[in-house]
Amino acid sequence: MSDVVEKTLTALPSLLSFDSQPGAAKLSSTSKLASLIRGITELTSKHEEEKLIQQELVAIKDQVSSPNTSMRQMKELMVRAIYCEMLGYEASFCYIHAIKLAQQGTALDKRVGYLAVALFLHESHELLLLLVNTVLKDLQSTNLIEVCMALTIVSQLFPKDMIPAILPLVEEKLTHPKEIIRRKAVLALYKFYLIAPNQVQHIHNKFRKALCDKDPGVMTASLHIYLQMIKENPEGYKDLTGSFVTILKQVVGGKLPMDYNYHSVPSPWLQIQLLRILSLLGKDDQSSSEIMYEVLDESLRRAEMNHNITYAILYECVKCIYTIHPKDELLEKAAKCIGNFILSPKINLKYIGLKALTYVVQQDPKLALQHQMTIIECLDHPDLIIKRETLELLFRITNGKNVTVIVEKLLDFLRTSKDDYTTIDLMGKVAEVAEKYAPDNKWFIATMNTVFSLGGDLMQPDIPNNFLKLISEGFDDGEQDRMLRLFAVDSYVSLLQGEPEKLPQRFLQVISWVLGEYSHLREDLEPATVVRLLAHVLDLKQASSETKSWVLLAMTKLCEGEAAMSVLQGVSETYSSSMDTVLRQRAQELQNLHLNPELWARVLPRDAFTEPLEVDSSLSFLDGYVSEALAAGAAPYKSPHQRQEELAQAKAVSMEPYGLSLPISMSLSSLDGRQSPTLLSMSSGLSGDSTDHSHKAGTTTLKLDKVKRVWGREGYLAQRESAVVEVPSPVHSADQIEEVGISQDPTPPPVADQEKQQLASSLFVGLGSQTSSSLMGKSEPKHQRLRKKAKDPVSSSEISKQTSNSIFPPPISVDNLLCNSNMDPKKSLPSCTQMTESSQGSAAANGTCAAEGEFTEGDVQGPEPSLFRDNRLTIAGSCETEEPVGMKDLCLTSYLPADCIGANHSEFTPLCSSHGVHLSACHVHKDDTLVLLVFISNSSNSDVHQFIVQVDSGDVEVSCLSESPVEELRCHHVEVCQYSLTAKRPSVHLEVSGLVSFNMPDRTPQTTHFSYKLPLPSFIRPLELSTEEYGTMWLAFSHDTKQNLTLVADVQDSLRATLDVLERKLHLHVVAIIGMEGIVACRLLPDQPCLMHCRVHGGTLAVWLRSPVPDLPDCLLYHCQRALQEV
Amino acid sequence: MQFMLLFSRQGKLRLQKWYVPLSDKEKKKITRELVQTILARKAKMCSFLEWRDLKIVYKRYASLYFCCAIEEQDNELITLEIIHRYVELLDKYFGSVCELDIIFNFEKAYFILDEFLLGGEAQETSKKNVLKAIEQGDLLQEDGETPRSVLEEIGLT
Repeated sequence: MSDVVEKTLTALPSLLSFDSQPGAAKLSSTSKLASLIRGITELTSKHEEEKLIQQELVAIKDQVSSPNTSMRQMKELMVRAIYCEMLGYEASFCYIHAIKLAQQGTALDKRVGYLAVALFLHESHELLLLLVNTVLKDLQSTNLIEVCMALTIVSQLFPKDMIPAILPLVEEKLTHPKEIIRRKAVLALYKFYLIAPNQVQHIHNKFRKALCDKDPGVMTASLHIYLQMIKENPEGYKDLTGSFVTILKQVVGGKLPMDYNYHSVPSPWLQIQLLRILSLLGKDDQSSSEIMYEVLDESLRRAEMNHNITYAILYECVKCIYTIHPKDELLEKAAKCIGNFILSPKINLKYIGLKALTYVVQQDPKLALQHQMTIIECLDHPDLIIKRETLELLFRITNGKNVTVIVEKLLDFLRTSKDDYTTIDLMGKVAEVAEKYAPDNKWFIATMNTVFSLGGDLMQPDIPNNFLKLISEGFDDGEQDRMLRLFAVDSYVSLLQGEPEKLPQRFLQVISWVLGEYSHLREDLEPATVVRLLAHVLDLKQASSETKSWVLLAMTKLCEGEAAMSVLQGVSETYSSSMDTVLRQRAQELQNLHLNPELWARVLPRDAFTEPLEVDSSLSFLDGYVSEALAAGAAPYKSPHQRQEELAQAKAVSMEPYGLSLPISMSLSSLDGRQSPTLLSMSSGLSGDSTDHSHKAGTTTLKLDKVKRVWGREGYLAQRESAVVEVPSPVHSADQIEEVGISQDPTPPPVADQEKQQLASSLFVGLGSQTSSSLMGKSEPKHQRLRKKAKDPVSSSEISKQTSNSIFPPPISVDNLLCNSNMDPKKSLPSCTQMTESSQGSAAANGTCAAEGEFTEGDVQGPEPSLFRDNRLTIAGSCETEEPVGMKDLCLTSYLPADCIGANHSEFTPLCSSHGVHLSACHVHKDDTLVLLVFISNSSNSDVHQFIVQVDSGDVEVSCLSESPVEELRCHHVEVCQYSLTAKRPSVHLEVSGLVSFNMPDRTPQTTHFSYKLPLPSFIRPLELSTEEYGTMWLAFSHDTKQNLTLVADVQDSLRATLDVLERKLHLHVVAIIGMEGIVACRLLPDQPCLMHCRVHGGTLAVWLRSPVPDLPDCLLYHCQRALQEV
Repeated sequence: MQFMLLFSRQGKLRLQKWYVPLSDKEKKKITRELVQTILARKAKMCSFLEWRDLKIVYKRYASLYFCCAIEEQDNELITLEIIHRYVELLDKYFGSVCELDIIFNFEKAYFILDEFLLGGEAQETSKKNVLKAIEQGDLLQEDGETPRSVLEEIGLT
């Protein structure tokens, strides 16, 4: 292809001087742009260029603002301005004129105007609002080109808030006779979906129509939307699997027009898009995967031509095959493909091969063994990108046996890496594998030393934090702990004796903490020596004040013995007059504590880590203080997150700078708290804190929670462990494969090759079958050595066993006993009487209430307590019909708490089941709250103990209503947990997720997750107000949205009828109906108002929603649409 | 796709299209860094680069470098073909395209790009359809070109 662009810049000077040259005719030689470009080409220095462009910009500025400039000239000016901006000079004065050009110009000028807008402005630029009207006008134009232009700009950038204004017009274009318009409309909707998914929720069925469009271009465009939607929710689109497979079959079979061929491969873009969609749908889903096997096989077979584009398809196929439910035959073919890639002499393919191998190596480690020699070669590849990808691959196959070699390779690369991003990434990986697979203490400390020195201050703070945590918490073996600490102390003393000025700040901090804490372990080491070394660090020019405060803290722990005193005295005197308040405080502490040895011994006891520290994370000791403050009129506490959100709402400005400040302020406060970064290690860190008043301790405990959750090292371990366990029982033994690898080489290996083989045997050890079993058997205790003591009874290894079971449980035969035995008589009595009144009740009592009712989306059944309806339970979505009915609604109704019996309650939805314990839920509408009832039934024949149910949500505020938590669940017994829910922030559906854990009779712990989806209307309550109140509120609310809705047809008073529907289905309150207009009010629990104004206009209902809460109008509008569609 | 850059062997930017919102400062920084990195690479090296958390796919055609930024999970090979298809389109439109065509008619190059890629995704992969769309747009141009006053021609209006 390089011959296509034959002429190069060498031809430039001649072309510029002679206009008559061929080719120059194409360049509009008289235009001002051409002379500008020419002018620039002739210049020799950057400075001259700058001068010329500045002149040019001044000239452009003069002309664009002149009223006499025609649109044609404006177009020309715009092109020049774009050129200047491309060279890096700002021409912001043009932006407004670009919009004007798009607005006022004739078709051609308009095109340049839109182009300039697309290039100049970004999504949130304020000028973009001025474009809305132009777009609106052009969308309605009869000129197709203008419509195209409008759709093109909309697909690139459009203000999010203004989408409703043009949405109906864009939607309309989906049925346009011209395919180009339909295609662009689909892409515009794709853009809307990306920036404001709520806005386009109601047109999902139209996407389906686009998917079935007869024009392949439109269909391809619709796949962008589907890929995105399926990425977010694969479950919702399983029914389309067959369609996608059919489309792919047709494409692969060459059924599309020839136009779509690319180098005689049928529509490769479409193929790749479909393969990506299929891999998402087939992931962890055997039945969907089975539909795909045939077409995947076909794709592999067809893509045999020797061209880049077929490789692209093959690569996508391979990824898909390894993502979906495995099939041996296909896996074999895919593995062969990967092999071809890796062995290819073409470097791009080799890279892709390595990338594919990295992707699959955990599932298929023997594949790495097959290609070990190639991998070794790639490790020394001159192209860094190949090397980097190879290291990534090695990282994935690291185990206890090859860790030293692999870490060495990673560190070698780190030493030469100049790219910060790579450095940070690799650093984390080295630290991770070092910690997990370290063969011995010495190696571990030495490796971490290299990491700290190489990583410098780029390193993520969790690396030193984890390291210190590991050192302080120790392992199960006390002697091991001591040895590790001793090694660390030794190595740090010698580092400080060397050239401490070369060490990065983070490393100095780690060193000073370890020395402060553990240097006493080395008995022949005088504290005075350590103190002197530390004092030297304080004198370093580059030591930051953060480092200094760490050093001072370490010194405080070391103030023992006469010799150290004089140094300490000097230090504390120097820093007690420091300008830095933190340092001054540290110095004061140092001074006071070393004058008072008794206090010192109490504040900083040695070996404090041996006793677990009790932390009152609820801060109950502050309750008195808080209530006093509240009584004195203080504002209630709001979390930083909440405060930020409110701030954002108040100012409505970009929060980026604030976002950044959060971690900084955290690290500052950790300094304030006078803590080592290992907030969890808390040995001397916290004990040092005890001089603080309680308030401060409070802040540190708060952070402690945070740190623990994010950086829980055990969590990490658990993840890795499960990855190791995944290793399937391989076919060959490692030795066999190595033999194969060698015997492939016909000639006796030269020395260099032998070296490589040696490297190979050290790198790939532990990947074959024998070794893989030893990986779990023998080497397990090895890496356990570097694992911290299990202090928490529910340790992560147990969590890793969780069966994430939020899907519908398999059918279970519930004992009839469930209904009548072991019931709490108090609870069951009222409903039992009702049960006898109902004919269906008896059926239910026999346990046959699995009636085949229709799926109803509304979550509330009529005003009557509809206890005995034959409701089929559903999980929102379209796949409900095949679900077996496992739970007995009727049985559960009898467990409804007394105060919920009269109220509207939703259908019972099974949440999860595990080992005979079944959870179901329903929600009950009350005036001021939404009550979530979780029914836990134990159908097994044994009791379960230590029962814990936790319910949590990001969307919803959950508070438990039950007086005492369920702890034990007797066999064939049902317990009910009640929660009161209010919405934290609006969303179309709010989701509550939860966790159940309990101990089986044989003491094995079980944990299961569940989630429960609630539609927004469950949280909506009528808001009763007068028209005047409505008026004042209306003006005060800032978030709004507008849309046209369909009216209820064929009735006399359609406005009244429509509002009735909304009132009934969504619990809105109709304030007043005046002529053709109506005003409606509601509130989102607990008390977020939302107002709606409707007007009948041209056969539709123009609604306008307003609320102080962002997104509430959008979400509510969605449900209004749904409610009216169902009518 | 996150963005597309065209630059010359001398490191001059010829075309830039950003599909993600970034500040001007950030754009300049990215462009500078990428141009430097790519120009420093040898011809035989891999066409892919890892850069920050993005994957850069680039290809050189004569004196011009075409460079795209994609996400980690995207397909690098098909991105190379997107570049190639774009070059084919330019070639067909300009008739044996050269760098000068793109320098002097960069707005046309943008129009073609917008018909081919929209919002960072392939919009139309049929070469015929893309060119048809462009030609329709250009027809307008010719209609508009005819009534051109002499005064305007010499820039006196």
